[in-house]
Amino acid sequence: MTYRYLPMTEQDKNAMLDSIGVQSSEELFQDIPEKVRFRGELNIKKALSEPELVREMSRLANRNVNTKDYTSFLGAGVYDHYIPSIVDHVISRSEFYTAYTPYQPEISQGELQAIFEFQTMISELTGMDIANSSMYDGGTALAEAVNLSAGQTKKKKIIVSKTVHPQSREVIHSYAKGPNLEVVEIDEKDGVTDLEAVKREIDEDTASVVIQYPNFYGQIEPLAEVQDIISQQKKTMFIVSSNPLSLGYLTPPGEFGADIVVGDAQVFGIPAQFGGPHCGYFATTKKLMRKVPGRLVGQTKDEEGRRGFVLTLQAREQHIRRDKATSNICSNQALNALASSVALSALGKQGLKEMAYQNMQKARYAYAKLQEANIPVKYHGPFFNELVVQFSDSVTSINEKLEEKGFIGGFDLETVDENMKGAMLIAVTELRTKDEIDRFVQELGDVYA
Amino acid sequence: MHNQDFPVIFEYSQEGRVGYSLPELDVPEVDIELDDAYVRKNDADLPEVSELQIMRHYTALSKRNHGVDSGFYPLGSCTMKYNPKINEDIARMSGFSHVHPLQRTESSQGALELMYDLQTHLEEITGMHQVTLQPAAGAHGEWTGLMMIRAFHEKNGDYNRTKVIVPDSAHGTNPASATVAGFEAVTVKSNENGLVDLEDLKRVVDDQTAALMLTNPNTLGLFEEHILEMASIVHEAGGRLYYDGANLNAIMGYARPGDMGFDVVHLNLHKTFTGPHGGGGPGSGPVGVSEELAPYLPKPILTKKDDQFVFDGDRPDSIGRVKPYYGNFGINVRAYTYIRTMGPEGLRQVSEFAVVNANYMMRELQKEFDLPFTQHCKHEFVLSGKRQKKLGVRTLDMAKRLLDFGYHPPTIYFPLNVEEAMMVEPTETESKETLDAFIEAMRQISAEAEENPEIVQEAPHTTVVSRMDETTAARKPVLRYEKQLEE
Repeated sequence: MTYRYLPMTEQDKNAMLDSIGVQSSEELFQDIPEKVRFRGELNIKKALSEPELVREMSRLANRNVNTKDYTSFLGAGVYDHYIPSIVDHVISRSEFYTAYTPYQPEISQGELQAIFEFQTMISELTGMDIANSSMYDGGTALAEAVNLSAGQTKKKKIIVSKTVHPQSREVIHSYAKGPNLEVVEIDEKDGVTDLEAVKREIDEDTASVVIQYPNFYGQIEPLAEVQDIISQQKKTMFIVSSNPLSLGYLTPPGEFGADIVVGDAQVFGIPAQFGGPHCGYFATTKKLMRKVPGRLVGQTKDEEGRRGFVLTLQAREQHIRRDKATSNICSNQALNALASSVALSALGKQGLKEMAYQNMQKARYAYAKLQEANIPVKYHGPFFNELVVQFSDSVTSINEKLEEKGFIGGFDLETVDENMKGAMLIAVTELRTKDEIDRFVQELGDVYA
Repeated sequence: MHNQDFPVIFEYSQEGRVGYSLPELDVPEVDIELDDAYVRKNDADLPEVSELQIMRHYTALSKRNHGVDSGFYPLGSCTMKYNPKINEDIARMSGFSHVHPLQRTESSQGALELMYDLQTHLEEITGMHQVTLQPAAGAHGEWTGLMMIRAFHEKNGDYNRTKVIVPDSAHGTNPASATVAGFEAVTVKSNENGLVDLEDLKRVVDDQTAALMLTNPNTLGLFEEHILEMASIVHEAGGRLYYDGANLNAIMGYARPGDMGFDVVHLNLHKTFTGPHGGGGPGSGPVGVSEELAPYLPKPILTKKDDQFVFDGDRPDSIGRVKPYYGNFGINVRAYTYIRTMGPEGLRQVSEFAVVNANYMMRELQKEFDLPFTQHCKHEFVLSGKRQKKLGVRTLDMAKRLLDFGYHPPTIYFPLNVEEAMMVEPTETESKETLDAFIEAMRQISAEAEENPEIVQEAPHTTVVSRMDETTAARKPVLRYEKQLEE
C-alpha cells in the first residue's frame, strides 16, 4: 500500500540505500538488539482511506452533544462565547500552525510579533507590567504561579481559597508535591472566601494567597480586602486567577496589588474542545520578570535599525539553564494565544467592554427570572456571569431531562463538594438570548415543581 | 518608529473603529450592584480596527513566518513533518470542537471512545500497560512520569531516592523536570561512540537513584544498543527507567520502549503523530506506564464499564490531577486521525523512511562536514561545524545562510556534547528531491566558507529583517507595546 504523506518511491529508496552503501533498510536497524526488536505487525487498526476516515470520525463526533446543536448553560471554567469568524481564518494560515518555536527570528517575525501583541493585550487586561507568551491552561498556570511564589519567598505555606476552581486546586496540590509545599485551603462563606479564616491562617511562613476573581461560583471576591490582609505580611505574595473577559468590566487585579495574575484566555476565540487545548496566561510585575516560567518575546532592532522581535531572557528557561530553570515548560499554547489575540483585536476596546457587560446583564436577567419562578439562588453577592441554583433533586438527573429539551444544563456542584447536593452552577453568556433564558428557567421551574 | 518598521496592530488603531458584531442586548437593562472600587475605570487599551485591517495584518505577519508548508524544516529533535489537512478538518467538527468537558459522560461517548481507542493504540505502539492522555505537552509528561516514579518509591517506604540520572546529551527539559518533581539531576557521560558510557552509569547509579531518563534513539540520533544492560543496571539498583518519546519517530514497528525495559514513557503527539506545532504549541504529552506503576497514574483515568466509557477518580495511590479536564483533546483528535490514516504498516514505513532519509543526508553531508559519530543513525544525525569554524565561519553563520536558500536551519548548538553542533532531522514526509536540494545548499555554503566567508558571516541577506540585537533585548527588556515610546 502507498500513503499520501510518504513520497519515497521504490526507485528513490534503492538509489538512497545505494548511496548510503547498504543493501536494505533493514541494515540501518541492526543496532537494535534482537532481543528488543519488534517482529511482526503492530496490533492496531488497519489504515483507512480518506473517505472512510471521515465517515468513522463523523460517527464519533455525532455521539457527542455539542453547543452548536444544544443551548448551553454550562460554564465552570469553560465557556460558550462569541468567536469571530476571522479567528479561524487567521489560525488556519499554515505559516503559523505548521511552524514551531521561533528560534530563528529572521524567518519568524510573524509569530514573534503576534506573541508580543498577545503579551501586550494580556498586560493591558490584567493591569500588570508584563505577561508571558502563554501557559498550557489556567489551572497549570496557577500551579506554576504558586511554585514561583514559594521559590521567590523561600516559604512553604500556600493559602488557597476553596472558591478557586476545584480542578485547579487539585493541580496546585499535585504541583506542590515537587517542592514539598504545604497547601492550606480556606472555606467559603456565602459564596466568597472566608476572610476571617485567611487572617487566622496567614503568617510569616506564608508564600502566597490564591484567590479567584470572579470565583468558581461566579461571585466577585473583594480583592481590596484581601490585599489589606496580605499587606500585613512582608513577603507574602498575592496570586489572582481571573477570567480575563470579566476584566472588561471589573477593576483589574493589578490595581489591587496582585503579584501574579493568571487565568485562561479560552473565553477569547477558543472553542471548548472537550477541555483543551485552551490557553493559560501568566502576568506579573517587572520585579518578577526574570522568574517567569515559559517564553517571553521582547522588542529589539536588527542590524539596520528596524524594529523586530526575539525570544528573550532565555536564561530562565530549561534549554539554557537545565536543572536550574524557573520551570520545565517548553511547548506552550502559541497557536491559541494567536487565536485569542485575533479575537481581542476584533473585539477591541469597545467590544470587550460590551461583551463583558452583556454577560453581566444576561446573568442578572436569569437571576431575576429564577427568583420569579421561586427557584432558590444560593448566593446573593455581586457576580459576573455565573450563579448557583439550589434544587432538592440531584442535578445530574435534572440535566438528563434538560438534554431531552435541547439544553445542556449547569454544572453539578455535588460532584466536587458532597455538601452541595442539588446545587447547580449556571453560566449565562452573551450568546444566550432572552428567549433561551426564559425557556431554560421554565424548564427548571417544571423540574423544581 | 523607524520608517521601515512593520506596524504592530496597535498602530492601526483609530477611535471608534470595530471588528466585531454582537447582538443588541435583548434583556431589560438593570443597574449592576457593585462597589465602585470594582468597576474598571481605565479601559484595557486594545486596538480599534476593522475586520479587513485585522485580516491584512495577520496575513502580512504570516508571510513573515516560515512553517513546514512554506519549506523544508529539518529542525532536529522536533520532528517537523507534514501536518495533514484532514486532521484540521476533523478536529473542527462541532462534535469535537464544541463539546464541553463537564457535560454528562453519557453525552460525550464519542469523545471518550476516541480517547480510549487512542490510548489503546498508543499502548500497543509503545508496548506499555496503560496510557493517560492528561499531560499537555512533552515536558508536562516528563514531570508527570517522574512524579509517578516518586510516588512509587515513597509507597515502598523508599524516601532516600532523590536522584534522577540524565545523559549529558539530554534535552534541557529532562533535568528541569527532575528539579520540578523534587529530584536532583545527576549527569551520566556519553562515550566516544555517542552512547551512554556504561562504566559511568555504573558509577553514578546507587541506592539513591530514583530513575534514569533516556531518549532512544538518543539526541544524537543513535540507538542505545546496550539498552538492556542499562535497564538491568538501573533496575538492580532499585531505580526505574524513564523513556522520553521525543524520538519515537525512528522506531515505530521496529522496537517498543516497553520491550526495552522502560517503566514510564511519554510521547509528543505534536511530533511523531502530526499534531501541528502551532508556532510553539499546543502539544500533547500522553504518558504510558508498566503495570507496576499504573496505580500512580494521574486521576481520573478513562475506563470502559460494560458498554460505557467512564472516568474513574477513585484512585487512592494516584499522583493527583496534572491538568484540568482530560488533556489537549483537540491535539489528541488529530493524532488519532493520523494513526487511523497510517495503520500498522504505514507507521512502520514512517519510521523506515525517516531513517533512510536521515542516513542518506548524513552520508552525503559527511563529505563536507565533520561527523563526530559515524555509525548508521536513526531518524536524525548531528554534524559538527568545527571544520568551518577554523575558517572563521560558525555554525550560527551557516544556519543564517540557510535562510537565504529558503530553509529553516537544523537545530544548532544542541546537543551540548558536540562542538558547533547541527542536528538534522529530515522526517519521512520529505521527497528525495527536497533532500538533494538541501544537500546542495549545504555544499555551497561549505564552499563559501572557504572561498567567500563574508557572505556566510553576514547572512542572512534575503529575509525581512537581518540579525537581531539579542543582547539589548535581554538587557533592556521591552515585553509589551508602549505608545509613548513611539510617539
